[in-house]
Amino acid sequence: MTGHTEMLGATMVLKALADQGVDVVFGYPGGAVLPIYDELFKQNRVRHILVRHEQAAVHAAEGYARSTGKVGVVLVTSGPGATNAVTGLTDALMDSIPIVCLTGQVPTHLIGNDAFQEADTTGITRPCTKHNYLVKRIEDLSRTLHEAFYVARSGRPGPVVVDLPKDVQQTRGPYLGPEQVEHRSYRPQTEPDPAKIAEAVDMMMAAKRPLFYCGGGVVNSGRKASELLTRLVHMTGFPCTLTLMGLGAFPASDKQFLGMLGMHGTYEANLAMHGCDVMINIGARFDDRVTGKIAAFSPGSKKIHVDIDPSSINKNVRVDLGIVGDATSVLEALIAEWKRRDARADGKALDRWWRQIEEWRARDCLRYQQSETLIKPQYALQRLYDAIKDRDAYVTTEVGQHQMWAAQFLKFEQPHRWMTSGGLGTMGYGLPAAIGVQIAHPESLVIDVAGEASILMNIQELSTARQFNLPVKLFILNNQWMGMVRQWQELLHGGRYSESYTASLPDFVKLAEAFGATGLRATKPQDVDGVIARMIETKGPVVVDVCVDQKENCFPMIPSGAAHNEMLLGPGDEAKKPISEEGMVLV
Amino acid sequence: METRIERHTICVLVDNEAGVLARVIGLFSGRGYNIESLTVAEVEKSQRLSRITVVTTGTPMIIEQIKAQLSRLVPVHKVSDLTIEGPHLERELALVKVAGTGEKRVESLRIADIFRARVVDWTIESFVFEMTGSTEKLDAFINLMQPLGLVDVSRTGVVAIARGPEPL
Ligand SMILES: Cc1ncc(C[n+]2csc(CCOP(=O)(O)OP(=O)(O)O)c2C)c(N)n1
Ligand SMILES: [Mg+2]
Repeated sequence: MTGHTEMLGATMVLKALADQGVDVVFGYPGGAVLPIYDELFKQNRVRHILVRHEQAAVHAAEGYARSTGKVGVVLVTSGPGATNAVTGLTDALMDSIPIVCLTGQVPTHLIGNDAFQEADTTGITRPCTKHNYLVKRIEDLSRTLHEAFYVARSGRPGPVVVDLPKDVQQTRGPYLGPEQVEHRSYRPQTEPDPAKIAEAVDMMMAAKRPLFYCGGGVVNSGRKASELLTRLVHMTGFPCTLTLMGLGAFPASDKQFLGMLGMHGTYEANLAMHGCDVMINIGARFDDRVTGKIAAFSPGSKKIHVDIDPSSINKNVRVDLGIVGDATSVLEALIAEWKRRDARADGKALDRWWRQIEEWRARDCLRYQQSETLIKPQYALQRLYDAIKDRDAYVTTEVGQHQMWAAQFLKFEQPHRWMTSGGLGTMGYGLPAAIGVQIAHPESLVIDVAGEASILMNIQELSTARQFNLPVKLFILNNQWMGMVRQWQELLHGGRYSESYTASLPDFVKLAEAFGATGLRATKPQDVDGVIARMIETKGPVVVDVCVDQKENCFPMIPSGAAHNEMLLGPGDEAKKPISEEGMVLV
Repeated sequence: METRIERHTICVLVDNEAGVLARVIGLFSGRGYNIESLTVAEVEKSQRLSRITVVTTGTPMIIEQIKAQLSRLVPVHKVSDLTIEGPHLERELALVKVAGTGEKRVESLRIADIFRARVVDWTIESFVFEMTGSTEKLDAFINLMQPLGLVDVSRTGVVAIARGPEPL
C-alpha cells in the first residue's frame, strides 16, 4: 500500500468529485463554501453551472441525472443556501433521483451558537434526503464523499446531503480514493429470489386478463431494463400501461401500450387496471394518483409487485407476490424462466381480453372539441409532438393541466426523455430541469412544457440559460389561470374560483427579451405551427407564449376518492357523478 | 383490510453515529407510527454499534411497514421482530419514589418485598425502590404504590433479547 495523499479539505472535495466521474456541478456560492469555490477556480476538470436560485440548482441536477442516469451534483452555501435547496431535495426523494448535494456549514466550533448563516442542515434535511452527513473531522471527509455517491445511486436512488463546515474545508488531511472506501452496512438487494420468479411465471401463465403496470423504477434501472420490459411484453402478448414517471420505459407507439394510467390516465388503461386478473407491477409504487380509492382498486386481481425498495411492497396495497430486486435483474430472470418453460399465455382468454380492451380504446378518451378561433392546449401539444417526434428531443414540464396534457399527447419511445415532477408536483421544476438536461445533451432539442403560473416560480433561470448559451425552449400554455386549481374549484367547490386567476401576468415576449432570449407568441390556431417551427429553428433560449383556451379542462379524470371505473370522460360527465365527501378531503 | 392492532417488540442494530436516533424517531413521527417505548445504548464499543429496542403497536400491515422502513435507513445493520421470531425476554427497570409515614410506609415496604423490589434510597419519610421485570409487573407494582404515597417514577422502557444461544 502506498501512503495516503495529504491535501486540503476543499481540494479533496474537487478531487473526490473528479474521481467519481463528475463533470458538472450546479451551484451558488456563499461565505461557507468559499474555500471550495476557490479550488473550483484553480482546476478545469469539473465545470460549474451558476444558477440563480439554489432550488433551481437541485432541479437542474435532477434533469441532468434523469436524462443521463448519472448522479447529479449540487453545491450551495450554508443557511439560506441549504434551506433554498430543500424543495429540490424533497422532489428528488419523492421521484428517486440520485443527487449529491454539498452544503457549506459554519465552522465546527460555532455550530450550535446561532452563528451567521447557520442552519441545522442535517436536521432540516433528514426527512427529505435518503441519507445525510455532517463531516466534523477531515479524516472522515473523503470516505464520506465517496459513500454519499454510493448511497445516492445504489438501491432505490435518492438525494444525499453532505454538510461541510468551513474549518474542515481548510484543514489538511489524508485522501482516500473511491476504491478504498466500502460502506459498513448499506447493501441493497438487487437479485431476486428465484423461487418467486418461478411463482410469478406460474401466475402469468394462468392469467386470463393480465396487465403490466410499470413505473419509474424501470427507467431508473437503466436503458437495458426498458429493452427487457419491451421484450417481455412482446413475448407474453400482454397489455402494458405506464405511470407518469415511467413514460418511455415502453414505446408509446407499440400497439400493446394502453397509455398512461391514473387520475388523468386513459380510459383503456384504467379500466384494464380495474378489470385485470393478474397485475404485474414493475417499479411502480401504487401511488394514490394511480390507485384512486384503495378499497375499490383492481378488486379481482392477483398482484405481483417488483420493487428494489422492500418498504414499497405492501405499503398501500396488499399484494399476492412481492419480489425485491432491481428491475433489470428481475426482468432478465422472468424472461429466462418464461423461455425455459417455453411458456405460452392462455391464447383464447387473452384474445377475449384484447377485444375488450379494444372496445375501451375505441372510446377515444383523449378526444377534444377543436376550435376555429381558440387554441386548444391539446391541439398545441399535438402540433408540438408532430414537430419533434423525429428529432432528438427531451421534454420537461412544470405542474398543472399542461403537465397532464403533455403526458397524454407527447409520446415517448425511449426512457430518459421525459422529466416531470411526479411525486412532489413541484411548480417551477421544468425550466431548471431543462437546463440540466441541456447541459448533459448540448446538441439536443430540450423543451419545457410550462404553465404561465408555474414558469414564474423559477423564471430567473432564463438568466442561467443565457449565460451558458443553453438553447432551452419554454413552451408556455398560457391560460391565465392556475388551470388545475381552477378545474378542481369548478368540479369540487361550486365554481368559486378563489385566487386561481393570475392578474397582472407579465408580457412573456418582453420578459424573454429582457433576459436576452427570443420571445414568440401564438394567439390563433393558425399561428401554432409557425411558432413551433420558429421556436425550433431559433438559436438560443426561446420563450413561446401560446395563448390557449382559458376554460379547457383536463380529461379523462378520476375524481379523488373515486374508483377507476368511475372516471369522468368529458365535460358532459361532470353533473352525473357528484364527488363523494371522502373524496373532498383528499388532495 | 386487517385492522387488528398488535404490539411488537423490535430490536434494531445501528451504527452509533450522530443523528441515528433522530432518524429512527423521525421515521416514527413522520409516518405516524406509535412508539410505546424506546431504549438505546451502545452495545459494541469496538465496532461502534448501538442497539435500539422499540415497542410499537399497529395493524400487521403497519408493523411490516415499520420494519421495512427501519431496514432501509442507511446506518441500520439489522432489524429483528422479537415478537414473531420466537421466545424472548423483555425487561424494564423502574425507580419508584414513595413518600409517607406510619402504616402506609410499612405497607409499601411489604409490597416491595413481595415484588422483589430493592430499597436504594431512604429517608425518614420516603423510599426509592428499584425494580426490574416485565412491563406488566412494573405497572402492577406502581399501581399498588399509588395509594401508599407514590410521588415519582422513572422507567427505562423495554430492553429485550431472544432466548437461546443465537445472537441478534
Ligand atoms: C410549488 C407549488 N405550489 C402550489 C402548487 C399547487 N398547484 C398545482 S397545479 C397549480 C396551478 C398551475 O398553474 P399553471 O402553471 O398555469 O398550469 P395550468 O394548470 O394552468 O396548466 C397549482 C397552484 C404546486 N403544485 N406547487
Ligand atoms: Mg395556467
